[in-house]
Amino acid sequence: MELLLSVGIGVLAASGIFLILRARTFSVVLGSTLLSYATNLVIFASGRLMIGAPPLILPGQSGHTDPIPQALVLTAIVISFGMTAYIVGLALRAKGESGTDHVDTEEPPR
Amino acid sequence: MSHALILPILLPMLAAIVCIAGYRRGLAFQRKVSLAATLLLPIVSALLVASAARGEISVYAIGSWQAPFGIVLVLDRLSAAMVMLTAVLAVPVLLYALAGMDAKSRNFHPLFQFQLMGLNGAFLTGDIFNLFVFFEVLLAASYGLLAHGGGLLRARASLVYVVLNLVGSTLFLVALALVYGTLGTLNFADLSLAVPHVPPSDQALVRMAFAVLVVVFALKAALVPLSFWLPLAYGAATAPAAALFSILTKVGIYALLRLSGLVLASASFTASLLQPWLVQLAIATIAISTFGILAASRLSVVVANLVMLSTGALLSVMAVPGIEGVSATIYYVLHSTLVTGGLFLLADAIANQRGAHADLLERGPHVRDLGVLSGAFLVLAVAVTGMPPLSGFFGKFMLMKSVQATSWAPAIWTALLLSGLLAALALARQFSVLFWEPVPDEPKPEYPPPSRLRVAGLAILVAASPVLTLLTGTVSSYAHAAAEQLLSRQAYVDAVLGASPDITRSRRPK
Repeated sequence: MELLLSVGIGVLAASGIFLILRARTFSVVLGSTLLSYATNLVIFASGRLMIGAPPLILPGQSGHTDPIPQALVLTAIVISFGMTAYIVGLALRAKGESGTDHVDTEEPPR
Repeated sequence: MSHALILPILLPMLAAIVCIAGYRRGLAFQRKVSLAATLLLPIVSALLVASAARGEISVYAIGSWQAPFGIVLVLDRLSAAMVMLTAVLAVPVLLYALAGMDAKSRNFHPLFQFQLMGLNGAFLTGDIFNLFVFFEVLLAASYGLLAHGGGLLRARASLVYVVLNLVGSTLFLVALALVYGTLGTLNFADLSLAVPHVPPSDQALVRMAFAVLVVVFALKAALVPLSFWLPLAYGAATAPAAALFSILTKVGIYALLRLSGLVLASASFTASLLQPWLVQLAIATIAISTFGILAASRLSVVVANLVMLSTGALLSVMAVPGIEGVSATIYYVLHSTLVTGGLFLLADAIANQRGAHADLLERGPHVRDLGVLSGAFLVLAVAVTGMPPLSGFFGKFMLMKSVQATSWAPAIWTALLLSGLLAALALARQFSVLFWEPVPDEPKPEYPPPSRLRVAGLAILVAASPVLTLLTGTVSSYAHAAAEQLLSRQAYVDAVLGASPDITRSRRPK
């Protein structure tokens, strides 16, 4: 499972970085979303990977998983979701003001 | 436990909520609420400074959950000074904005208050995850404030600024995950206890986690090569937003101070994290921002580069640990924030009286209030370039004195003195172009009606440097005590974790 998770984080982060470096705002938005998914998985993994263990200490339960990274991930998801919404709005406004979706708000000379 | 400690966060938050709720009651209502909350902040922060100045560290456990399990706010001399600085900057900036700039959108006042909430929270929080949360609060507000006023230039600057800071936040989270995964805590005091006990096998990972964190703070503070967004963003923002932003880079500096003083310094393998590269990059920042000052075509871009220059000056001494360096840093942060904030307002006041020439550095029409504006320019320029007799001179002198004994002293001294000289030359030339060389037959532009609020806002920030100069003895001894408190660590740890920090708790499953 460690291998699967680390490959998943790696692929997400690499795709996110690739997309963020593109010149069109839509790709950049997608890239930042993928990057935040990768980050959320990293935070999740920082509590170690456990299968079938509750994040609580219950009577009669032997193992438990660390609840803090789950709380942190929740905060991070909310924040990155809000930021993504804002950047979509901003990208639309930049498109409206300039007529192009290039990140420099002007078309490069051909 | 005194509840005053949470007021600097609660007050702006409540004001912002009331402003949003009173959206339909109009601008006048929002202005009253926002002004009342902002005027209360200096009073509250003066109380906090008075309590911190006695040397005790107050801890506010939110919901009475004790650290390291609960969330705590911590007030020591350094954080009290930063909260005070925020309040002292916020009042004149808001007064200036009330003169009409806040009318462009009904969201100005909520955003302004959320910005203050984020700033105060970042200065008061005692754990690194809430530092992230408050960073996000202040960043989200700054995204809105930057776009305030509209226009293509601002849309472009916002896009760059937001994307860059989103990546920064992502890195921040990765660093937090690594810190938590290796050290098992996010509380500053607990981290400083945990770092010395990291097994050698984990040391590389911990170093990397802190290195990523330092990169994030360097991005916020605008250290070369992570600084090129700053002149674009700050140069494009409306004057009150830009003036308030002059403290945003200082949040990065504060976070670096807190992290390096409290956590990194507590173990030898992390203490050497900053030294090998920070001085070089800080000197590069000084050089590049000086070129930026010489090359800028607008006064607000000049000021943005001056903000970046202050980052370079501050970080050039941070790699040299020591009480003198930290206390000089604190003094210079206070000085440079207020002075660059004042310059942003001044650039706007000048632009208002030059019609289509705005703050472009070219010959234009006569400005109406020549005496007032040129006087303000003179005071702020003398302060920001570090010429005697104002506070910039004392600040720079302290910075230079603190690195006197190191091998980097000649390079840092040269960079600081030369950048001061070149900035002074550039500002003198700009002064002459703006005030003394009007085009004789240029038609008079439409002057905006005189505004007492605008004058008041500008006057407070112009007076800041002379006042700081008069109080240099008091402020520098406070800064010295704050530096001692920061670097002694033990008092902070005792205050946050109680007298016995060895609370029994099972370590995470390996």
